[in-house]
Amino acid sequence: MSGAITSELTTLHLSVNNHPGVLSHVCGLFAGRAYNLEGVLVTPEAEGDVCRMWLVVKDDGRMEQIVKQVRKLHDVLDVRVGHAEPAVFNRLAGCLEC
Amino acid sequence: MSRLSGAELTIRLLENQGVTHIAGIPGGFNLPLYDALGRRGTIRHILARHEQGAGFIAQGMARVTGRPGVVFATSGPGATNTLTALADARMDSVPLVCITGQVPLNMIGTDAFQEVDIYGMSISATKHNFIVRSIDELLRVIPEAFAIAAGDRPGPVLVDIPRDVQAAMVELDALPAPGVPAPMPEPDKQALTRASELLNRARRPLLLLGGGTSSPEASQAVLHFMETLRIPAVMSLQGLGAIPHGHELAVGMLGMHGARASNMLVDECDLLVVVGARLGDRATGRLDSFCPKTGIIHIDIDACEVGKLRTPQVGITADAAQALRALLPLARHNDHQKWLERVWACKAEHGLHFDRTDEVCSPYGIIAHVAKVLNGAGLVATDVGQHQMRTAQAYPMTHPRQWLTSGGLGTMGFGLPSAIGASLAKPEETVVCFTGDGSLLMNIQEMATAVENKANVKIVLCNNEALGLVQQQQDLFFGGRLFGSAYTAGTDFVRIAEGFGMPAWHLDQEHDPESVLEQALRMRGPCLLEVRMSPEEKVFPMVPPGAANSQMIEGVNS
Repeated sequence: MSGAITSELTTLHLSVNNHPGVLSHVCGLFAGRAYNLEGVLVTPEAEGDVCRMWLVVKDDGRMEQIVKQVRKLHDVLDVRVGHAEPAVFNRLAGCLEC
Repeated sequence: MSRLSGAELTIRLLENQGVTHIAGIPGGFNLPLYDALGRRGTIRHILARHEQGAGFIAQGMARVTGRPGVVFATSGPGATNTLTALADARMDSVPLVCITGQVPLNMIGTDAFQEVDIYGMSISATKHNFIVRSIDELLRVIPEAFAIAAGDRPGPVLVDIPRDVQAAMVELDALPAPGVPAPMPEPDKQALTRASELLNRARRPLLLLGGGTSSPEASQAVLHFMETLRIPAVMSLQGLGAIPHGHELAVGMLGMHGARASNMLVDECDLLVVVGARLGDRATGRLDSFCPKTGIIHIDIDACEVGKLRTPQVGITADAAQALRALLPLARHNDHQKWLERVWACKAEHGLHFDRTDEVCSPYGIIAHVAKVLNGAGLVATDVGQHQMRTAQAYPMTHPRQWLTSGGLGTMGFGLPSAIGASLAKPEETVVCFTGDGSLLMNIQEMATAVENKANVKIVLCNNEALGLVQQQQDLFFGGRLFGSAYTAGTDFVRIAEGFGMPAWHLDQEHDPESVLEQALRMRGPCLLEVRMSPEEKVFPMVPPGAANSQMIEGVNS
C-alpha cells in the first residue's frame, strides 16, 4: 500500500459476521485470486455481532467477479459497491497519524 | 435429555447427520472424540495410515454417494496432512467435513506441542472453516458444516475443535435438527427465455457437460434434454459417465487428451451450452482460441463460474437438473439432422482409436480387458498421469458416480484411498483403481487399510518405472532431456502388496494373463495386478500446454 490512494478506485461496503477469522477470509480471497486490495477499514456494529468493512479495490475490469467472490464468503452478509470517495481513506490516514 | 461432553455431543451430532463411516487417525488432541466415538459404537471408524489417505477415503465415499464424507485428524501434523485432500475436494466440488483436534483454547498461540493454525492454513483449501470456541457453538457449527459442505456447489468444510471444548460438559434436552442445504433459488426467468431464444436459433448446438452433471438426477435431466432436442454433447474429465459411453449423442471427452473430434466440433458448433463445467484450462486449451465466435450459454450452480473466464451470451445460476428442466419446455424441437450427420462423420473420422487392445498387457489393452470382464458394472478410480488419461479416453463409463478421478488438483496418490472409500460406501461393487508406480507410491500405506477392511479394491498398476506424463512432456517440449523422472530402484510392487497381505500378480509373467485378470476381478477383497509398460509409450492425442485445442499432436491412438 505505497503512496496515497487515488480516486480511480472503487470502495466495497461489506457487512460481515464479527469473529476473529473474518478478516483472514476476506484478505485471503484477495491474495489467493490476485485481486488488488488497496485499503481495509473495519469497525464493529450494533451489539458487536456484525462488523462493517470498507475495502478499497483497484478495478482492473474484474469488479463483477470480485463482488461475486466476496458475496460467496460464508461470513459476508452483504456487499455493496460504494460511491464513497476513496480519498476518505487518505484523510483518515492523516487523522490517525500520531 | 442428558449431560454430554463436547466430544460426545459431536458424535451425536454426526449420527444426527446420518454419518455411517469416519476415516481418520487418533492423536493427543482428538482423543476425547475418539473415546466418544468408540464408546458410542454407532459409526464405523476406518483407521487410515496417513491423514491424507483418510481425506481421500472420505472423498471416495462422498464421490460415489453424493453425501459429505467425514475425516478425523489430530492437531498439528495430523491436520496439515489433510490439506491436500481438502484442496482436492475444493477443486472438484466434493462434499467433505474434516474435524481436527486442536490444543486447548488457553494454549492457542503459545507454540504448544502439535499446535498449528489449521484454521488459518485451511482457509484457501476449504469452502468454509470454523474454529469452535465453546461447547455451545458445537450445536450450531456441526449442522452448519454439513449444510455448507453439501449445499449449492459442494465442497470441503473444516471444523477445528480445541481439546478443552471436547472435554467441556453441557446439559441438553434435545439435539438440534440436522443441517441440510438450503434449496437453490429458481433459475432466472429472463435468462431462461434468452437462453431458449439462442437455442431455438442455433443450427449447430452442442452441450459441454462437466462435473455438475455427475449426479444421477442431473444425468437423467441431461439425457432427457439432449434426447428430446437431439443435441450432441462433449464431456470434460469430470463429466464422464453423465451420459453412457457409446450413446449416439455422446461425442467424448474434450481438451488436452480428449478426442480430436470433440475439440473440432466445439470449434464448429454455433452454440455451446456449458452445463456444470468451469471451463478449466485442461478442457479449453488456450482460452482466446476456444470457440471464439460461438455463442455460449453457461449454466452453473456457482454464480462465480459464470463469466469467470469467458463472458457468456446468457448465464444461468442454477443446479444443472433444475435449469435443464426449466429450459426444455421453452425450446423448439428443431431439426438438427445435418449437424448430427456431421457430428457422426467427425466422430468416425477423428474419434479415438486405441492401439493393441487385444493384448492384455498393453496400455489400452488392460483397460479394455478390465472393462470387458466388468461389463458395465463396477466403479473406476484412477490416480494421476498417463494411466488416468488413458482410462478417461478408453473406459466405457456407463453411469454417473461410477468414475472417481482427481481432475482439478491432479493429486497423485488419490487413487488407492479413494477406491477404498468407494468400496466402503458400496461394498457390493468391484472397485478398480488404475494407477501408476509414481502415484501408487504416494499413498501406498493405505494398502494396509484396504486389507484390514477387506475393501473390494483391485489395484491395476501400470508400471513404467517413471513419471510417465512428466517424461512425455520432457521428451516433447524439453528437447528430450529426461531428468528427475525415472524410477530406477526396480521396486517390486508384487512383494510389497504381498507384504501388506494382499494377493498380487505380475500379469505379464503369467501364462494366461486374461484368466488371471478375470479371476482376480471376480474374487472378493483387495489385490494388485501389475502390468509393465514402456515409459516411451505416450498418451495421444495431446494439446501442448498453453496451445489452442485445434493444435493437437497426433499419435498412434489418434
